[in-house]
Amino acid sequence: MTLDYVANDGLCAGDDAVAGDCDCGGSCAEFGAGCANGCADGCANGCADGCADGCDCSEAPEAGPETAPDDCGSASAALLTPVALKAAPSNTGGGKPGKAPRPKRPDFVSTTNACKLCTPLGAMLAFRGVEGAVPFLHGSQGCATYMRRYVISHYREPMDIASSSLGEKQAVYGGGPNLKKGILNVMKKYDPALVGVATTCLTETIGDDVGGYLREFRNEFGDLDLPEIVHVHTPSYSGTHMEGWNAAVRALVDQLAIDKVEPHGKVALLPGFVSPADLRHLRDLVTDFGSDVVILPDLSDPLDGPALEDYTPLPEGGTPLADIRALSGAAAVIECGRSLAMTPTGPSGSSGSAGPATAGRVLHERFGLPLHAVGLPIGLRETDALVAALEAVTGKPLPRRHELERGRFVDALVDGHKYVSGKRAVVYGEADLVIGLVSLLTEIGVHTVLAATGTRGAHLAESIAAVTEGMLPAMPAVIEGADFEEIADTAEGLSPDLLVGNSKGYRYARQWNIPLVRAGFPIHDRFGGHRLLHVGYAGAQALMDRIVNAVIEKTQSDSPVGYCYL
Amino acid sequence: MTTATAPNVTATAACRDADLLDERKKQVHRAGQGPIDMACNRESLAGAVSQRACVFCGSRVVLYPIADALHLVHGPIGCAAYTWDIRGALSSGPELHRLSFSTDLQEKDVIFGGEKKLAAALDELIDLHKPKAAFVYSTCIVGLIGDDLGAVCRKMSEKKGIPVIPVQSEGFKGNKREGYLAACKAMFRLVGTAPTDDVSPLSVNILGDFNLAGEIWIVRGYLARMGIQVVANITGDGRVDDIRRCHGAALNLVQCSGSTMDLARMMKEKYGTPHLRVSYLGIEDMADSLYAVAEHFESVDPGIVERTRDLVREELAALMPRLRDIRRDLSGKRAAIYVGGSFKAFSLIKAFRHIGMNVVLVGSQTGTQEEYRELETVCDPGTVIIDDANPLELSHYVRELDVDVFVGGVKERPIAHKLGVGFCDHNHERKIALAGFEGMYNFAREVHASVMSPVWRFVPRRSQRAAVPTGADA
Ligand code: SF4
Ligand code: SF4
Repeated sequence: MTLDYVANDGLCAGDDAVAGDCDCGGSCAEFGAGCANGCADGCANGCADGCADGCDCSEAPEAGPETAPDDCGSASAALLTPVALKAAPSNTGGGKPGKAPRPKRPDFVSTTNACKLCTPLGAMLAFRGVEGAVPFLHGSQGCATYMRRYVISHYREPMDIASSSLGEKQAVYGGGPNLKKGILNVMKKYDPALVGVATTCLTETIGDDVGGYLREFRNEFGDLDLPEIVHVHTPSYSGTHMEGWNAAVRALVDQLAIDKVEPHGKVALLPGFVSPADLRHLRDLVTDFGSDVVILPDLSDPLDGPALEDYTPLPEGGTPLADIRALSGAAAVIECGRSLAMTPTGPSGSSGSAGPATAGRVLHERFGLPLHAVGLPIGLRETDALVAALEAVTGKPLPRRHELERGRFVDALVDGHKYVSGKRAVVYGEADLVIGLVSLLTEIGVHTVLAATGTRGAHLAESIAAVTEGMLPAMPAVIEGADFEEIADTAEGLSPDLLVGNSKGYRYARQWNIPLVRAGFPIHDRFGGHRLLHVGYAGAQALMDRIVNAVIEKTQSDSPVGYCYL
Repeated sequence: MTTATAPNVTATAACRDADLLDERKKQVHRAGQGPIDMACNRESLAGAVSQRACVFCGSRVVLYPIADALHLVHGPIGCAAYTWDIRGALSSGPELHRLSFSTDLQEKDVIFGGEKKLAAALDELIDLHKPKAAFVYSTCIVGLIGDDLGAVCRKMSEKKGIPVIPVQSEGFKGNKREGYLAACKAMFRLVGTAPTDDVSPLSVNILGDFNLAGEIWIVRGYLARMGIQVVANITGDGRVDDIRRCHGAALNLVQCSGSTMDLARMMKEKYGTPHLRVSYLGIEDMADSLYAVAEHFESVDPGIVERTRDLVREELAALMPRLRDIRRDLSGKRAAIYVGGSFKAFSLIKAFRHIGMNVVLVGSQTGTQEEYRELETVCDPGTVIIDDANPLELSHYVRELDVDVFVGGVKERPIAHKLGVGFCDHNHERKIALAGFEGMYNFAREVHASVMSPVWRFVPRRSQRAAVPTGADA
């Protein structure tokens, strides 16, 4: 298509002539020709050109899928707990995805429009959820700047990420000196309680021994009042931001929860990558059970704080360091994420280091804490599972407030089911989020036809099978290691009615003229994305409302009738 | 800003400046206080939270708007993912630039080399999208694993019959500025490869405008009214074939000090194409730029000066009355500017004067010594000038100088907002056209909308809990 060279939008629209009304306060005088006779003419130009903004895109999505879900590692972890995740069929069997997708090239090696972010980003976010922490990226400056920008656009909060700013020299001779100097500078500037160091592709490729550098650092500067320093290996060429998040949470526990402390009876909750609104809700839930809770990490205040009079270098809030150190005294640990629970143990695990593969398992194996591995508590059943765990840990029944929330949600299921029953959804994002969303969608009667994640080795198909079992006419198509073009290729044959996921799917929602119900991270094209509630019965309600309304809105705007009563 | 409007600034500054990391002091200066000696354009300091980006980022910014080229980022996924469709660089036709292509290197590629994967990626993507050219961006780890980008590109170029051009943009090799240079070198390989028969003697290339929110269309509109042909947009709404014949243009108009100046220099050297430095931001700069272009072509077409004068007159006649009300509201308010290139800062300082505001802080990521010295001459005494600032420093000055509106990039926005300061986007992600006379009005309107919003009376720095009078308690 072509666009005329447009004048800017709406500038002159409705603004009429201003003849003779000149009062430019002398500024025009600076360029003689301008003012004198100029103002008499009024506004004669510009208005004719409309604003032709919406450029419809001529390229169809065309890349092909790469691989089927790859199945590595075993799912042994799922059975650790009293609230074991349901064992799932090992195979995506069950059913066929609707129509055959259009021709694809299974051997496509490049990625177009990635459905993932890079590993250290997740680690930086997780570290941000610790009180007094400074996330620190060991690599070149660019990565840190990009990540900050990306995070800020979602949370609309300051997000400092320090960097060791390696240049060409250090890339050759090693980044140790810059790392140490960087931490010293961070200490001077922030006086942090914790420095969370994550590596990047650069420093992993040159083989920097970060653990070794940090040992040296502690020796060299032992006389100073040093912050805790936790480090994690996060090369982006193996993994996604979700692995980075998980690895950082694991590192925090592994490197800080060393000593056995007196039992304090708090519930240790490892919630996974959820929104500040979710974290607040989860805190309320556990607190309403009459228990204190340690949530790790807790982004709710650091990335959703109040307006300030004085800029504080470090945001308030986050999990207190002392609470992390004392995790061994918890009554039990609840770790959210079905996919996380299936992380294989050992050096091939996401942490890149030997030993238990998740933070929860570290606590379980090191201190014998009871471990309850549950899914992200999205939707009725996954929330029920979390509640069951809390009942088991606290010995108390579901508090009335939440029982009512549950009851209202079930009531809403009945009231709303006809709007969405049998609608077809494509869901994408981090594996555990996708599983939770699919679980909820299934409960409200929406058929997920495709579930996709950028992560590989997430055992997504097994979990999707588990949360949809017996409730769908056909097992959804499941893709791991997906990019958006592959999602689009597959989805086009499945005639979806809506997309559910982060903002990055908008391009396709627009192409297909179907609604995108936003959830997860990042949400760069709406206001308040980080305040979205997904978890608990209240979260299920909020999501259902948004999904139903998206469908209604589409019906309403597509209809020639203009219903105002639907 | 003068001491009359802020008597305490110097005093507080003296003690607060002490907070700055010692090594950073040379990158902060106050106008009118001794000779300027900015230790700028050096590597960012380890551990400081810099706003600065990498070489790759610079190259990506410059080349990204070329809409019919394939932009393949050779590296791990992050570098590509963070630059997917993040800029409002519009195209009037193809939109290949809005897709994000990456070789998405995996561990085995890092160990065994990524050349094979790169070749395969180019092969499949070029077949699929049929671009007019392909740019292959090198990222940090490609620089380390030693892939021979040049060789792969040469081979693919032969095989596919389109230019496949390596961009040497390994992130760690410097900052954005080096990235600009790498991008210019890459583009220069296209220049001079297509015929120029139909190029008019009254013709220009537009360099350094990225068509954010359609800005290059505004400028092209003016040039068309002056009777000037635009051969190539470099790079906003850019096309490969236009760039290939852009050496036929009689003049290069170069906006923004950093990004495409290198290309103009190369073209001057090889093709003798003269260039003019121009700016489309703000009234004076826009008018001056058009007049300078007119003057340049006066000998070829004597009528052009008159046409240009008419154009400016018409535009101002439309604009000035509309600015008047805005200026009345904004008079005396204070602005802080922190932008990518210091050249842009010049225009913004003037633009703020037009709407009656004082600029109390100016900073940039990539300014040079010379530019900072020039900046000082246009600043009011006492204005803080800062190079490559980090958030702490920015927020410190925003508070100290009691800023009403902050102009910066997306990373500065939350700082300003957290402190209850208005904010105006001024980077490559903005969606509002700020170029030209229309752009001046947009700018004024945006600043006005922010500064005049009632929300500031509720933020902590201005007031605690402003109660609404009920009338009953009179
Ligand atoms: S180099 Fe690695 S860590 Fe840095 S942005 Fe790219 S993918 Fe992310
Ligand atoms: S610094 Fe290197 S790795 Fe990071 S974004 Fe830039 S090119 Fe990519």
